[in-house]
Amino acid sequence: MSRDVLVVMQTSGAGWHRMSFEALAAGQKLAAEVGGTCSAAVVGEAGAIAPLAKELAGKKLATVWAVGDALLAQYTADGWVMALQQLVAEAKPGFVVFPHTYEVRDYAPALATRMGEVLIGDVTGFSVPEGGRPVFVRQWMQGKLNAEYQHAGGGVCFVSVQAGSFRADAVEDGAGEVKAFAPKMDAGGIRTKPGEAFREAAQTVDLSAAPVIVSVGRGIGEQENLEVVKELAEALGAELAASRPICDAGWLPMERQVGSSGQTVAPKLYLAVGISGAIQHLVGMKGAKTVIAINKDVDAPIFEVADIGVVGDLFEVVPALTKAIRAQKAG
Amino acid sequence: MKIVVAVKQVPERDAVVRVAADGRGVDASDVSWTMNEPDAYALEEALQLKERAGSGEVVVLCAGPERVQSTLREALAKGADRAVHVVTPEEGEGSLGERDSLDVARLLAEAVRAESADLVLTGLQSDDLGAGQTGVVMAELLGVPHATLVLQVELLGSGSGAGGNSGIRVKRELEDGWMQHVEMPLPALLTVQSGGNRLRYATLMGIKKARQKEMREVEAAAAGKRVDEVVKVSPPTRVKRTEMLTGTAESIAAVLIERLRFEVKVL
Ligand SMILES: Cc1cc2nc3c(=O)[nH]c(=O)nc-3n(C[C@H](O)[C@H](O)[C@H](O)COP(=O)(O)OP(=O)(O)OC[C@H]3O[C@@H](n4cnc5c(N)ncnc54)[C@H](O)[C@@H]3O)c2cc1C
Ligand SMILES: Nc1ncnc2c1ncn2[C@@H]1O[C@H](COP(=O)(O)O)[C@@H](O)[C@H]1O
Repeated sequence: MSRDVLVVMQTSGAGWHRMSFEALAAGQKLAAEVGGTCSAAVVGEAGAIAPLAKELAGKKLATVWAVGDALLAQYTADGWVMALQQLVAEAKPGFVVFPHTYEVRDYAPALATRMGEVLIGDVTGFSVPEGGRPVFVRQWMQGKLNAEYQHAGGGVCFVSVQAGSFRADAVEDGAGEVKAFAPKMDAGGIRTKPGEAFREAAQTVDLSAAPVIVSVGRGIGEQENLEVVKELAEALGAELAASRPICDAGWLPMERQVGSSGQTVAPKLYLAVGISGAIQHLVGMKGAKTVIAINKDVDAPIFEVADIGVVGDLFEVVPALTKAIRAQKAG
Repeated sequence: MKIVVAVKQVPERDAVVRVAADGRGVDASDVSWTMNEPDAYALEEALQLKERAGSGEVVVLCAGPERVQSTLREALAKGADRAVHVVTPEEGEGSLGERDSLDVARLLAEAVRAESADLVLTGLQSDDLGAGQTGVVMAELLGVPHATLVLQVELLGSGSGAGGNSGIRVKRELEDGWMQHVEMPLPALLTVQSGGNRLRYATLMGIKKARQKEMREVEAAAAGKRVDEVVKVSPPTRVKRTEMLTGTAESIAAVLIERLRFEVKVL
């Protein structure tokens, strides 16, 4: 079994998806620990990816694969699976590492299936036991448990890494040789027709600039109860934000959603009320200077990123806090 | 238009989860169960598609032990026409815990094949395992095109099912609030993201009718060899030092006021 690692980078517009270099850092670390080489691949239309491949050539990599074809100008799951299956056959890695992006979610499981494998997805870390196979950690129960996975059998091990789990600035510089790879592409095998990306309505709320945010999650229980947090936000002079389920239910507009599919915020204070702290929420608010979390469950993952954690019933704590803030402001 | 919706039964969100005695799974003894949330949205989309088309059939599908029939019944009460239950043992050999995503997807794909559906819907991710891949793997096994993170589905052409249909156009979610339309022919598989619709509740009438609806049990094929193995499950260790406050609401509020004034400096 090969010990070499292949990292599949993701582009975004004319540049990189921000998580690509986190995956590259993970790939270099994995290669070092299993005793193999690390290579990277960039997929797209040949002319468009040439400057990106050149940039990768400045990293510590065995090979930089520039996987180019006109049919790869726009992302499709079929196109990516077709091209990458051939690349894996050519490069023969033991491990393929991806960033766990929405795009990777869309095609990596199909690529793994085509090769009789299973993607070990959304990995937060790994360790390599002496002389053994790597142990990959992923979350169960929305972060309440950690599960350790090992790949069995002699085939390729496919892994995607969670946002924020590896540091992009840990990528080692060096020199890599760029190799152009032209997969045999079949236009008939691309069954979906993708449209251009668009944004729904113009956003009227810009949470990214708000210095203080009070954010509410499903712990609030009912729409009528939102009043309790609205009063807190008002007393604090804060913007109101929410986790996805609150916006899904239509209790607050979509534009107040924080997380991977909503807004990314970096306030001085983020006060999370009745939010469990799923990774898709955390990626949107990890940049906050101070996080205060109010949750009745002492094991809620939100406490992992909180500076101050209040274990209690929000229906008791929030009104008491609002009252105290008002009293403080009244002097 | 025949639509199969794969719904998974998962622990309630507020459930206290403990590691199983063997250290490789979840202790399910005290858990109460519910329908995986994105799957409820997938079911809703299927029911609305059928209503819009004016005809068709919605079949709900679940693999798991006896207990999953309560979730299938719930789907029937909301309006699904019939249910297929792929029966696996509660624990031990052949149970869901002993199968990897590829194996579970095989069980589900096998059942879908027997139905020759025009459209298969799954949730985008399960709340318990969070693998986020069973649907995409099923699409690959079934040899049909797919789209993930789907919020809305629109039928193109006459919308009358396999022959009369030119395909579908879906709205899918990209990162950071971006969206995209994708078109594809039928049959196809879509993994549904939450929030595309408002969920309906089961009515009393619906619950009553559900008792008469067909619940077909099929025996699960023997488990294949796992490609990945779960070697250990444990509660996460805290990395960051969080100052934890407990006590009466008033005493907590007093401490928070101090912090907000002198450390965070927002008061
Ligand atoms: C691809 C994808 C994208 C996603 N994008 C986003 C996104 O952009 N933003 C987002 O937020 N989520 C997103 N999600 C969903 C995410 O995975 C979680 O499901 C969601 O964040 C959970 O929201 P929550 O914390 O409000 O609810 P829950 O997880 O249900 O948590 C509720 C919390 O409230 C606590 N609670 C209950 N009652 C009380 C009380 N009386 N007092 C105090 N605490 C109480 C509970 O202990 C619990 O911790 C996405 C998921 C996927 C798969
Ligand atoms: N045992 C199961 N029975 C029915 N559907 C399932 C099962 N496991 C997974 N699914 C479907 O696959 C989706 C994704 O699950 P997962 O890959 O575990 O995140 C779920 O939302 C369900 O629609």
